[in-house]
This record gives sequence, structure tokens and C-alpha cells, in this order.
Amino acid sequence: MSGIPHDHYEPKTSGEKWIHSRLPVVGLMYDTLMIPTPKNLNWMWIWGIVLTFCLALQIVTGIVLAMHYTPHVDQAFASVEHIMRNVNGGYMLRYMHANGASLFFIAVYAHIFRGLYYGSYKAPREITWIIGMLIYLMMMGTAFMGYVLPWGQMSFWGATVITGLFGAIPLIGEPIQTLLLGGPAVDNATLNRFFSLHYLLPFVIAGLVILHIWAFHTTGNNNPTGVEVRRTSKEDAEKDTLPFWPYFVVKDLFALAVILVVFFAVVGFMPNFLGHPDNYIEANPLSTPAHIVPEWYFLPFYAILRAFTADVWVVQLTSFLTAGIVDAKFFGVLAMFGSIGVMAAAPWLDTSSVRSGRYRPMFKWWFALLVVDFFVLMWVGAMPTEEPYATISLIASAYWFAYFLVILPLLGVIEKPTAQPETIEADFDAHYAPKVGGTSTIVKPAE
Amino acid sequence: MNMIKATLVSAVLALTAPAAFAAGGSAHAIENVDFSFDGPFGSYDVNQLQRGLQIYTEICSACHGLKQVPLRTLGDQGGPHLPEEQVIEYSKKFETFDPDLDDFRPSTPADHFPKSALSNAPDLSLMAKSRAAFHGPYGLGINQLLKGTGGAEYISAILHGYTGEEKEQAGTTFYENKYFPGGWIAMAPPLYDEAIEFADGHENTVDAMAHDVAAFLMWTAEPKMGARKQAGFAGVLFLTLLSVLLYLTNKRLWARVKYKD
Repeated sequence: MSGIPHDHYEPKTSGEKWIHSRLPVVGLMYDTLMIPTPKNLNWMWIWGIVLTFCLALQIVTGIVLAMHYTPHVDQAFASVEHIMRNVNGGYMLRYMHANGASLFFIAVYAHIFRGLYYGSYKAPREITWIIGMLIYLMMMGTAFMGYVLPWGQMSFWGATVITGLFGAIPLIGEPIQTLLLGGPAVDNATLNRFFSLHYLLPFVIAGLVILHIWAFHTTGNNNPTGVEVRRTSKEDAEKDTLPFWPYFVVKDLFALAVILVVFFAVVGFMPNFLGHPDNYIEANPLSTPAHIVPEWYFLPFYAILRAFTADVWVVQLTSFLTAGIVDAKFFGVLAMFGSIGVMAAAPWLDTSSVRSGRYRPMFKWWFALLVVDFFVLMWVGAMPTEEPYATISLIASAYWFAYFLVILPLLGVIEKPTAQPETIEADFDAHYAPKVGGTSTIVKPAE
Repeated sequence: MNMIKATLVSAVLALTAPAAFAAGGSAHAIENVDFSFDGPFGSYDVNQLQRGLQIYTEICSACHGLKQVPLRTLGDQGGPHLPEEQVIEYSKKFETFDPDLDDFRPSTPADHFPKSALSNAPDLSLMAKSRAAFHGPYGLGINQLLKGTGGAEYISAILHGYTGEEKEQAGTTFYENKYFPGGWIAMAPPLYDEAIEFADGHENTVDAMAHDVAAFLMWTAEPKMGARKQAGFAGVLFLTLLSVLLYLTNKRLWARVKYKD
């Protein structure tokens, strides 16, 4: 692997040499684990481990759940109750799987916003970013289909609403919707294909995760300064970095353990807090719930979907220009996917030569507003479509697009960045000054 | 720092909303009842579950079913904990359709409670989980942690929330109920004072019985609550200890990098 110069694996014993000359798998593992990592990484760089753990947790609990679950409209709901009541530890498996999805999304949002603030998406890490966005899309698909499996009221009606979105696409929309559902409406065929895909997609995600890691191991990690590791020599690189093992493994595991304390408290003491009570009512196609609300992690994008109604001038103009092909419903669908699309395009929309938001005085505030905007969208996504929520969601959606399409390109031109440290070592030493002449601190003495 | 503060405030606001929204639209707020199973360390009161079972059997089961609940679980520890012979005897009260006989036979502990006898009476197995009243403050779920989801409170509120008003609509009688969403419910007031005689002479007012049957229905909805809380507690304890050890390991490991001589 190219990248930061460092010691590679050398087989020592004859056994190791025998394996290494045939399949250098030990070498691959060694080089992956000992990868030089910028030593100034802060606590926002722990989410990768949390995400890897979540994927493993979901796959392991999911495989066992699948052994006891029946994907049939007449039996799915009862089989979930069978898991909750009769399967040994089944209640823990299911609650960990359900709340594991929430932890997964908390971690992925923290990970994405970390990348947005520290400019991790910028050259040369565009491919890492794009693969990450693909993983995120796959996660959303997997979570959505998984939520349908218990066959409760929200499962059924959520599936009806979301697959209905595809029906909004002109010409090809309805065939796509029929293909997704396996028929004219959400029914047994839908449940079966969702179960099949819900089992498949996590393994696709696992494959993409390997590519994601491969990509950023080639470019090297970003870090809070955005300054690159010196690659002039192995000695220089070693001043900026530490091997992933043991330094970052132990640090990340500590962070993971703390997060899991909270996770187990939620699973043990309030496992239904993040779920919707209506999903404990078996699906009934004849009775629509009063409010169909998606899971919390979809709310920001659900808000964008609903924000663009037929009375918004942008929608009317688009509808007029496209001779009615893009109506309000289709516009909403385009906006929802577009909101993730503009995020994926961030590497090419951000014109600033400075990577980290730490040295961008104006960017900092616009970014903070984006974070607030994300939570505002999450909030209005759960509200009914009436005033003042309609206006708030329109403004919040507009800011989301403005941030990526207008603010990021402009800031690079008008902003005057502050000074960046010369090297990662300099940044690290500024926090942890080397001892001078035996005194323990170099803090200004009291005058 | 400003940014972190703004993030936290908006996170709190965002999470409050869906919670408040899910609470539904009953006219009166559901009041908390201090059930024995509230909070991280709460567990079911065996006597209360047995009284609740009696109320369910003598009153509710006339119309409502518990089709998800296996009869044998009445003998479970952490549940009503009936002796085995009693579970067998109790099961015989109900009939189960046997495809081999092509006829009904008396139920055994291996069977489930029957489904609702009345087609428009909802199954009660999960009623206590399909209603939630408590959230917050600020979406943090502290209320839910300490008081439970409020499903049991909702059930007991419905049972004593009748105002005595009735109305006829399209041939059906509706009864006014302060806590039912919409205010009018098709179920006639099921409980009245002294409707049930308990063997131990326990209080049998409407309020007391409403609490007992609500507790029983919380158990039917979440029979493994005790085991779950124990597992959660063990997990929290173990991981806290692991966190401390990893913190110390991490600190020591990094000390030579951060504070070089």
C-alpha cells in the first residue's frame, strides 16, 4: 500500500515466510493495524469504530433473529412476539437490534458532520467521501426495510408512504413502485422481498466499508488541523503519527465502552423510547393511523420531502418550465434525494483551499447553523403539515441547499483563513508541550 | 463552545418533538400512577398480577382476548407465578380449536389465551405497549426512565375515566370517557365498586381494580421486563467497569507521548 512511509510486515519464521509467499494475509492485517495515524486526532474520530461495531452488532443479532422470524403477513407480527416471549434472550436480541439501528444512525450523523467540519471530504479523500455516502444510503434502505418486518401499523403505513414516493417519478415511477412492492399494494410479496433485501444489504455495506477503509488508508486519515502528514521520510512521518495499534485502538475502545454504557441503559430500562407505540398494533390495511411518522433518523429528510408543496413558487415555476412533468410530489422526491446529493458533491462545491473548519472564521458559523438546521428539520419532520411548521420546514430546507450550493462555493472566495500550524507535530506539541529543563509546566508563572 | 451549545440545545428540541407528538390526542393528560414496576429497578407485584388476572378473567375476557400470551407463562417467575396445577386448571376455562380433532377441546398450558370474543374488542396482549403517555423532559426520556411509558396508566385512566354520559349513534351506544381520544368510547363502563371479591379481601374499588388490571396488562405486554432490566443493569455495570479500566489504560498509554521528558 502506498501512502505514509512506515515499516511493513516482514515474515520472520519459516512458517510465516511460507504463508506470506502464498497469501500475504498476515502482512495485510499487520499493515492495516499498524497504519500511521495522525497523533492529534480528537474525540470526533472515534465514530468509525462505533460504526464498525454497530454493523457487526446488527449482523449478529439480525442473523439470530432471522432464525425465529417468519416473513409472512399472517405470522410476522406473532413471530416477533414469539421472539419476545419464548426465544431464550429473544427480548434482548430484538431490543438490541432495534436500538442498535438508532445507535448506528447517531454514529453515522456524528461521523458525517465531523467530515463536513474538518473538510475530510476534500482532495484527496473524495472517493472515501463518496463511498461513505453510498454506505449511508444503503443504511437508510436497510433500516427502512427492517422497520417493515415486525408488520405493525407504522411498518405497514410507513412502507405505503415511502414506496409511494417512487410512484411520483414520471413514466417509470409506477413500474418501479410495482416492482418494489411485488404487486399493487404493500402485501405479502412486499414483506418477503424486504426481508430478503434487509438480509442482503448489510453484507453489501460490509463490502463498501472495506473499500471505505482501503481508500482512507491510501490517502491517510484527515485530522483536526487538516494539515497533511509529512511524507518526506519515515522519520518525519513518525513525528506526526503514531501506529493505530495500540494508541488508537485503546482510545477508540474506551470511547465505545462509554457509549455502550448508555446503549445498555436504553436497551435495559427504556427500550421502546425511540420507537413508535403504534407499531405494537398489528398492521391493518383498513385502518390508517392518525399520524404516520418515520423513525427519528429519517425525520430531517422527511421534512425536506414534505416542505415543497404546490403553493411554493419554486415548485410552481419548475412545474411550469417542465410542462407539469415535475409536479409538487415529484419535486419533493427530487429535493429529498437532492439533499443527500448536494452533500455527496461537497468535495467539488467547497472552493476553499483550507481543509479544516478550525482555521476558517466565517465557515465555522455557517457550519454551526447547518448543524442547528439539521435538528430543526428533524423537529419539523415529526410535526403535522400545518403552519407554522410548513414555513419553518421550507426555510430550513432552503438553508440546507443554500449551504452546499451557495455558501460553500462563495466562502472559498471571500473568506480569509487564519494561520494553520506548520505540521501535525506542532499542533500536538501546542497542546502537550514537551518538558523544558525539568519544570513540569510552561504555563506563564503568576506575576 | 458556542457551536457545541447550539448543537445540544437544538438536539434537545428536535428529540422532544416526536415524543410529544406520539402522545396522542386525549382530552385529559394521563396522570402518573406509582406502579411497582416503574423505574430501572421496579418489578411486578405478584399479588397485584394475580388480582389483575382475576379481574381480566371475570370481566375483560367476556369480550377481549390475549392471543399473544401463552397460558403456561402464568406460572413464570417474575409474572403471576401461579403453581403448576393452578395453571393447568386455569387453562381448562378456555377452549382451543384442534385441527386434529377438527373440534374444540379444553385448553392446556401449551396453548395461548383465546383471541377476542367480540370482533370489535381489540386484543389486549400488547395494549399497554401500544399506548405511551410519558416523554420528556426535553425529549431526554427521563420521565419514561422513571415512570415507565405510561401505557399502564393509560389503561387504568380509561377504566375510571367515564363521566356517565351516553349517546346513540348509528345504532351503537357510546360512553363519554375523559381519557379516550375523541372522548367517546364504545366500551360500556366495565368496572363498578365491589365488582370482584378477592380471596384475601383486598380493596375492590374501581380505582384499585383499574390499577390491578392495568398492571396485569403491562405484564402481558412485557412479560420479560424483569429479566430485561437485570440484563441492562449487568450490562451497564460491566461496561462502566470496563470503561474505567480502558480510561486508565488509555491514559497510561498516551502519557509517554503527551508528556515526554
